[in-house]
Amino acid sequence: MSISEILSSPFLLRVIGRALTVGVLVSLCSAVLGVSLVLKRYSMIGDGLSHVGFLGIALASCAGVGSLYSMEISIPVVILASVLILRLSQNNGRLNGDAACAVVSTGAVAVGTLLYNVTGGRAGDICSSLFGSASVVTISDKDMWISVLLSAVVIGWFLLSFKTIFAVTFDETFAHAAGIRTNLFGLVLSVLTGVTIVVGMKMMGAIMISAILIFPSLTAMRLTGNFRRTVILSAAISVACFITGFFAACFFSLQTGAAVVTVNLAVFCAVYGIAWIAGKSKQKRTA
Amino acid sequence: MIREGIALNLIESHDLTLAYEGVIAAEHVTFTLAPGDYLCVVGENGSGKSTLLKAITGEVKPAGGLLSIAPEVKKNGIGYLPQISKIQRDFPASVREVVLSGCVRGDGRGFLWTRAAQKRAADAMDMLGVADLAQKTLGDLSGGQRQRVLLARAMCASDTLLLLDEPVTGLDPEAVHGMYEAIRRINRERGCAVMMVSHDVSCALREAEHVLSLCRGHAFYGTVEGYRRHEKLDDEADDARHRHGGEHAPAAPHYVAEKGGLV
Repeated sequence: MSISEILSSPFLLRVIGRALTVGVLVSLCSAVLGVSLVLKRYSMIGDGLSHVGFLGIALASCAGVGSLYSMEISIPVVILASVLILRLSQNNGRLNGDAACAVVSTGAVAVGTLLYNVTGGRAGDICSSLFGSASVVTISDKDMWISVLLSAVVIGWFLLSFKTIFAVTFDETFAHAAGIRTNLFGLVLSVLTGVTIVVGMKMMGAIMISAILIFPSLTAMRLTGNFRRTVILSAAISVACFITGFFAACFFSLQTGAAVVTVNLAVFCAVYGIAWIAGKSKQKRTA
Repeated sequence: MIREGIALNLIESHDLTLAYEGVIAAEHVTFTLAPGDYLCVVGENGSGKSTLLKAITGEVKPAGGLLSIAPEVKKNGIGYLPQISKIQRDFPASVREVVLSGCVRGDGRGFLWTRAAQKRAADAMDMLGVADLAQKTLGDLSGGQRQRVLLARAMCASDTLLLLDEPVTGLDPEAVHGMYEAIRRINRERGCAVMMVSHDVSCALREAEHVLSLCRGHAFYGTVEGYRRHEKLDDEADDARHRHGGEHAPAAPHYVAEKGGLV
């Protein structure tokens, strides 16, 4: 696709505008939530939930409602799973957090794949739910409105309780002693993460969606030692990487999800590389 | 603060049993903590010191006995200083952000801190001599500086009760001195009760008013003088036993209730 082609076709403009809106909003939400997830060592929960999202889509196709209503099924499934994973990882019981995530996520993929098999789903369906749809045409108006609603909730939550989010992310024991309901925080964080994953999955794919939770926050953490700046920077990096990857995918006919994650990876490597070289030369100067 | 001879205690514990992950950590723990008191909890590793703090913050439920926390503490919150190792070194947080987060209970809504919270944090940083580090990243500080920052955060969280878990472990002697002095000032100038868990028995005895020992076989609660007498008696008993070639029997924890000044 070339720019003139896109600009001359109202249909293409509409499709691309819709996909861009969903992508930018999901990138924003995931980057903001990702900072807390990474710092609380919950990255694996994000990854686990994305696999549960795959199960959700498989269930939707099994129920015969198709991709149009897949969110009505996968959102409740993922919310349920996020509560379950959190419970399993919080109680100091027989399963530790890591193992709990692995059990839930691999189990979900296995059951999801079988569901596709049983209902005679095409290999293409499995492929597009794992790696993201090959074309952004599948992003509907409904997807767009759900992503607008989701980002309003996530950004609203962050703006209204930023201080509590910092206190709990930084030191849960302290926050609990000071009288904050830390369990509620964990629940809200993982439920919002789950919904973000489901909304972004159609474009990014179940396997790659957790990358946009983790990469931008890791990159931002390397650039600043201040929490507020980390969150803002993470959001900015995530949105910039998405837009770059999205248009690269458009113009060179690449898979959107893979392109976006690769851009994120490149920025991450560049920042860590530069920081490493800077650290080395500083050592040399002081030596 | 004794009102007409009646001390309204912040914490009262009677014959408390504590268990952590299904294993009994301490038994028959009996003590009280009055407002403005300075209590030091001593005992070897695994004697349940940290579990006791967790029980007070509500993270661990008592397995038996009585632990009552005054409503005043629940209302005002607890200023908690965790063990050094519990804070991630790579966490992107400035000193100012960390100290301000101590005010989260009264001022948890919204994106920006209120003026009152900013003043409270600035006062705490001034008092602990970390005001000039405000913009630095916590992970870049020395161990002593970091502990003072976390103490400033705890100060912001409560005027009533500070719980300090091994506040000086791993610090150099100068930093240890600075920490003890800061804790003493918070206790004396602000009248804030302090409950400190420590390995360093001799320093703790110099600083605190009351001692709770969770050592198995040496269990004790009372004033510092009382603890010294108790330890001396125990040592003599040990010597006597040693002379007679007796085995060091694993005695059941036996608490000597000592009438302290405030209690």
